[in-house]
Amino acid sequence: MIGVIAFYAFAVVLILSSLMVITAKNPVHSVLFLILAFFNAAGLFVLLGAEFVAMILVIVYVGAVAVLFLFVVMMLDIDFVKLRKGAKQFAPLGAFVGIALLAELVMLYQVWPKPPALPTPDILDVDNTKALGNVLYTQYVFPFQVSGLILLVAMIGAIVLTLRSRTGVLRQRVGTQVERTQAESMDIQKVSVGTGVSNV
Amino acid sequence: MFEIGLVHYLTLAAVLFTIGIFGIFLNRKNVIIILMSIELMLLAVNINFVAFSSFLNDLSGQVFTMFILTVAAAEAAIGLAILVSFFRNKGSIAVEDISTLKG
Repeated sequence: MIGVIAFYAFAVVLILSSLMVITAKNPVHSVLFLILAFFNAAGLFVLLGAEFVAMILVIVYVGAVAVLFLFVVMMLDIDFVKLRKGAKQFAPLGAFVGIALLAELVMLYQVWPKPPALPTPDILDVDNTKALGNVLYTQYVFPFQVSGLILLVAMIGAIVLTLRSRTGVLRQRVGTQVERTQAESMDIQKVSVGTGVSNV
Repeated sequence: MFEIGLVHYLTLAAVLFTIGIFGIFLNRKNVIIILMSIELMLLAVNINFVAFSSFLNDLSGQVFTMFILTVAAAEAAIGLAILVSFFRNKGSIAVEDISTLKG
């Protein structure tokens, strides 16, 4: 019973917050509602018995992706009011496409044959994280490596895209500083009394 | 009725996916919101994967959810990096400005 209540609570908050993501006027609010949606999805994953994926979802999405979005939204100086102008123009088309898609999916689920009720083994005798590790590092080791490679390529790509060499910036050149000798940096003059230094 | 089955989760994911698609139509000019809508759609797919994984007692779904998470994170990072460098060059992120791909 408590599971049913938890499912509906998580589901309702998830749908409402994702609706707020796409309708909020301020993009910062959108990002914050996105974080709320991810938290609720993580709760649903816990209800499904996938604790490890739930925690990964919180860490990766809330901790990395959402913060990245927040950085970009706050860093770029954008007139969001101007961007929203004329947005209503395509709302009827979007609503039509969305409702059609949703109706199709729901109709599909009505006629879709229920999957055979497998005997529910006590979700493996080991806990979720250990079971996932058992298959991830054996059966799926090559996809795992490839996903690491994807992250590396994404990291290099993001750095290359955002790195810029600015001109006209004064920098300290340590090598040049160290290479200076006394002869080229100092000029010793004998100054006789009352004349002062003339040729500097 | 008072038992949460696979169809409940699938319907929830369908609603979430539809919201993501509607968000792309609604915020047609704002790339950041479009990227967030794509994240919502990926989240719906992940819910489908984990629900099937849980109800069919097959861990592959959860493994693939992690791969999807990886690709989604990479996609968000690259997309936002492109956005930042585009904003630096053009001073705007309106979608109609991006459509002029001249060298």
